Amino acid sequence: MNISSSHRYFRQHQKTARCWGEGTCCVIIVRHVNTQTEAAFRMNEEELVEYFRDQMRKDPDMASAVAAIRTLLEFLKRDKGETILGLRESLTSATTCLTGVDSSVAVSSGGELFLRFISLTSLEHQDLSRCKKVMEERGELFLEKISMSRAKVAKLCHTFIKDGAKILTHSYSRVVLRVLEKAAGEKKRFSVYVTESQPDAAGRQMAEALRKLNVPVTVVLDAAVGYVLEKVDLVIVGAEGVVESGGIINKIGTYQLALCSKAHNKPFYVVAESFKFVRLYPLNQQDVPDKFKYKADTLKTVENFSEEHPVIDYTPPSLITLLFTDLGVLTPSAVSDELIKLYL
Amino acid sequence: MADSGVTEGPDKKEEIDRAKSEGKELTKEEKQRLRKEKKQQKKNKEKKDDKASQESEKEKKPLSSPPPASQPPPQSTTQKAPSAVPAPAPVSVPASEAPVPADKPAKSKAELKAERRARQEAERASKQGKKGETGQQAATSKQKAPPNELQPVVKRLPEHIQVDNPDVLKKLAKKLERQQIPLRMDYGYKVSLFSHLHQYSRKAPLTQQVSIPSTVIHPAVVRLGLQYSQGIVTGSNARSVALLHAFKQVIRDYTTPPNEELSRDLVNKLKPYISFLNQCRPLSASMGNAIKYIKKEISNIPSQCKEEEAKSKLLNCIECYINEKIILAAKAIAKSAIEKISDGDVILIYGCSSLVNHILCEAFEKSRKFRVIVVDSRPRLEGREALRRLVQKGISCTYVLISAVSYVLPEVSKVFLGAHALLANGYVMSRVGTSQIALVAKAFNVPVLVCCETYKFCERVQTDSFVSNELDDPDDLIVTRKGKTHLKDWQEVPSLGLLNLVYDVTPPDFVDLVITDLGLGMIPCTSVPVVLRVKNVDQ
Repeated sequence: MNISSSHRYFRQHQKTARCWGEGTCCVIIVRHVNTQTEAAFRMNEEELVEYFRDQMRKDPDMASAVAAIRTLLEFLKRDKGETILGLRESLTSATTCLTGVDSSVAVSSGGELFLRFISLTSLEHQDLSRCKKVMEERGELFLEKISMSRAKVAKLCHTFIKDGAKILTHSYSRVVLRVLEKAAGEKKRFSVYVTESQPDAAGRQMAEALRKLNVPVTVVLDAAVGYVLEKVDLVIVGAEGVVESGGIINKIGTYQLALCSKAHNKPFYVVAESFKFVRLYPLNQQDVPDKFKYKADTLKTVENFSEEHPVIDYTPPSLITLLFTDLGVLTPSAVSDELIKLYL
Repeated sequence: MADSGVTEGPDKKEEIDRAKSEGKELTKEEKQRLRKEKKQQKKNKEKKDDKASQESEKEKKPLSSPPPASQPPPQSTTQKAPSAVPAPAPVSVPASEAPVPADKPAKSKAELKAERRARQEAERASKQGKKGETGQQAATSKQKAPPNELQPVVKRLPEHIQVDNPDVLKKLAKKLERQQIPLRMDYGYKVSLFSHLHQYSRKAPLTQQVSIPSTVIHPAVVRLGLQYSQGIVTGSNARSVALLHAFKQVIRDYTTPPNEELSRDLVNKLKPYISFLNQCRPLSASMGNAIKYIKKEISNIPSQCKEEEAKSKLLNCIECYINEKIILAAKAIAKSAIEKISDGDVILIYGCSSLVNHILCEAFEKSRKFRVIVVDSRPRLEGREALRRLVQKGISCTYVLISAVSYVLPEVSKVFLGAHALLANGYVMSRVGTSQIALVAKAFNVPVLVCCETYKFCERVQTDSFVSNELDDPDDLIVTRKGKTHLKDWQEVPSLGLLNLVYDVTPPDFVDLVITDLGLGMIPCTSVPVVLRVKNVDQ
């Protein structure tokens, strides 16, 4: 690597990460020089994205956050960094790169929680490779825990579905599907109304999956939610992210659904895994950051967001009755307690 | 023993009175003698009460065949009491007489007589008790158990909210007399709903009754007390910082008396200062936490520590406390709060909170474009000070009175409020008028953000503004308009009461977000007990 290319590399890194001092940039150059020969083994951005997409394709039932965490674990295994700090930086940048592919809240929260979980131990070993091994083990543990989370949630929630219940749900959520599967498995008789959930008509996908379980299902228009609510007994939705106030971020139309159920005094239940807890605190719809509101490709191509339709909305905690998570059944005010425990 | 008290008493009493009037601090022996006298007076009173109750018992017993539930427990306890009191009385009498060597032979005869008398009384009481108890055993056995269980559950309310209870007032007067601090008298007619709180007049500050120079209270503390009572130092942060600076001065001027330990004596020295400041103006929650911290630090000083070293350590601790809990906390809170201020915002603030002003100035420096609406209320008109500070920085402000809040709210995007204290059940205690603004903001769906440092979180629980509050000088409400002062003679109208409340309590449903320090950033109002728990675990 000659002087001019290393200089260019230095400037490039300085631009992308303004918080880095020049010292860190120098370290990276040195590292780059050292590891030029081993570049074949390290994961760069394209490989990361490819691995992520591959994971999603292999198991369509897996949450995108879980795929992201698997990718990050693979990245960790292949990373040839020399310092812990450098490792942390590269993991953060990998997470940012993945959110560029799939801009859901869960990917960024899952990545952050993964990082926090693996670095929670006291990494006092002198040898970097031993430290890395500890981190990898914790990463595997984390992955194992969260793959069990959907089953835990289903176990908690299916008891709230009584025999003969009429359930209303919104769009396509794999967790809600799992819950309804479990309830059907317990020989409970219930019927489901699913909102169509435009613009991607994901509700029809949900209806198909439910028909396979022999559950009577009806697809309703998004506009017919108020009409249908007098017939239903309870409302169950999934969540893309659970925020600090106890509110949720979910597919657009959830806020309307929550408002209508509050007006009709029907219980509004949310099912979510714990890796979806995120350290955001929106005060209203405007306060949700733009990077979550629109799909990843829209973020990259479009300049003026006021013409775009957001794909998610924020439901405040006052409209939610209970949240079912793998940490237990929580009220919205208990979410903050759990977050303080997770993040502090 | 009563005789000896009478003969010895008058001379010593005169000495003590003389010392008191000169404002000199009582020496240790004089204090001991005062304590002894008071104990004797108490015992004499108790004996009289017991004799009276014994007589009433003898009357009651033949009457009570099916005893009502309330009577046997007091009877059984009073039965126990007379047998208990004469027994320790003869024991304590020789102990208290030990320091007076002179009249020993004469006293011992009187002692023996008193002992014999007491023993006879005790035997008589127990015999009657047995007679009565066999008849009442079935009934009292059940009732004896509950009184014993109920006894430890006696809740002690703080004295400053029991002003209408004469016993509590007497106790307070005695305590202040012991500490040689003058008692401040209440002023004016109190509205009946708040008659359990103190109401003082600003025209009669406590410092007028303290002789200057006073050797009991440090001059820095006297000055601080005057600043509090006249309203020169207001705002919970300002009051806490002023308190800590005064205590630093006290520590600097402190010298350990011989045969005393710094850790114990200094704490005892601070107690009268705290009572004095409490009399000048009731302590705030932040001041209470600061005092707790100082007391803890002082009592943790190891006894081998030299005085100079201990003093410098304490001064350092106080500096650290001010720096960490107030100054750095304000910076951390400002950092989190600025994320919530976006360009084009219209922010509503109430009164003058040092923290909220700091946040707005910081946001303005970080070039956020917003404008501020300052809401103000009588009689304090603190909003004018906030207005002055913000306009000096160049922030565009609007000024309204609290009666116009519902008119102005449709154009407001956020409400920022400061807090005096955050209670353990999530309620926010702040300047009177805050809960009104939170209520109206909720009705208009405007988010309400409360900014509060963690050192103001307190373990108290309150659901209304009546139980514990502060009544300010009612004369503040008198105002002269167009040459007429309408309420000038309000004291002469017997049915008229002026109420000048200082604090009120906002429920957590009206507060959307609490911004605090300690790395927590933004938390919902219901998570305050979690923070208290985490803080206690850390400490």
